[in-house]
Amino acid sequence: MRVTVKYFASLKQMAGKEEDHFNVDEGTTLEQLSVLIGQSVSQLGDMVREKKVLISLNYDVVPLDTVVKDGDEIALLPPFSGGI
Amino acid sequence: MSTALESKIRIQREDFSVTDEIEAIKKSSRNIGGITCFLGTGRELNKGKNIVELNFDHYPQMAEKKLAEIREKSIKDFGLIDMSIIHRVGNIDIGENIVLIIACGEHRQETFKACEWAIAELKRTTPIWKRETTSTGEVWVQATP
Repeated sequence: MRVTVKYFASLKQMAGKEEDHFNVDEGTTLEQLSVLIGQSVSQLGDMVREKKVLISLNYDVVPLDTVVKDGDEIALLPPFSGGI
Repeated sequence: MSTALESKIRIQREDFSVTDEIEAIKKSSRNIGGITCFLGTGRELNKGKNIVELNFDHYPQMAEKKLAEIREKSIKDFGLIDMSIIHRVGNIDIGENIVLIIACGEHRQETFKACEWAIAELKRTTPIWKRETTSTGEVWVQATP
């Protein structure tokens, strides 16, 4: 299975890229995916596991024990600061 | 009437006219008796530092989804007739418009409450991020009350 992980705002700057693509096994959770994310951008894996960032799956914030599916779009979201 | 003004949820780079947006949403019902607007603008000072420029990043699909959810819940929970929400992204100068929420109801009470709830919910749930540029550099703003 293949999933996409997107980075935004400060995390995009930290990663130096807008997204990654990962091949994962069936039944992989977001917490397990965070290990692969950490191999791509070292600080980000820890930030996910330490819950310093929110994580969304197909546009909704979800817990780390959520299982991903083929084609899913995951995003790492720093604290929001829209509005004023 | 432009097509853009007919959409009640918009995330856009370009500025908007508050007057045009109010006139557009007034057309949704002849039973509107009260309208409350919240307009957020770029301010010059934050925590004692002079801001020279603001920049907003966003997650387009999720941000539009969250704004649509806020609009639908506002209409349902507060008994509004209609609501529009517009948020700008990209570079924004000091004094320029950032966000506009217009709540329309039969009476004023529900529009005041809905408008306040909607901006708080936007800040809490919508993936939009503000970066401030000051004389000492750039910083991504953490969530503010």
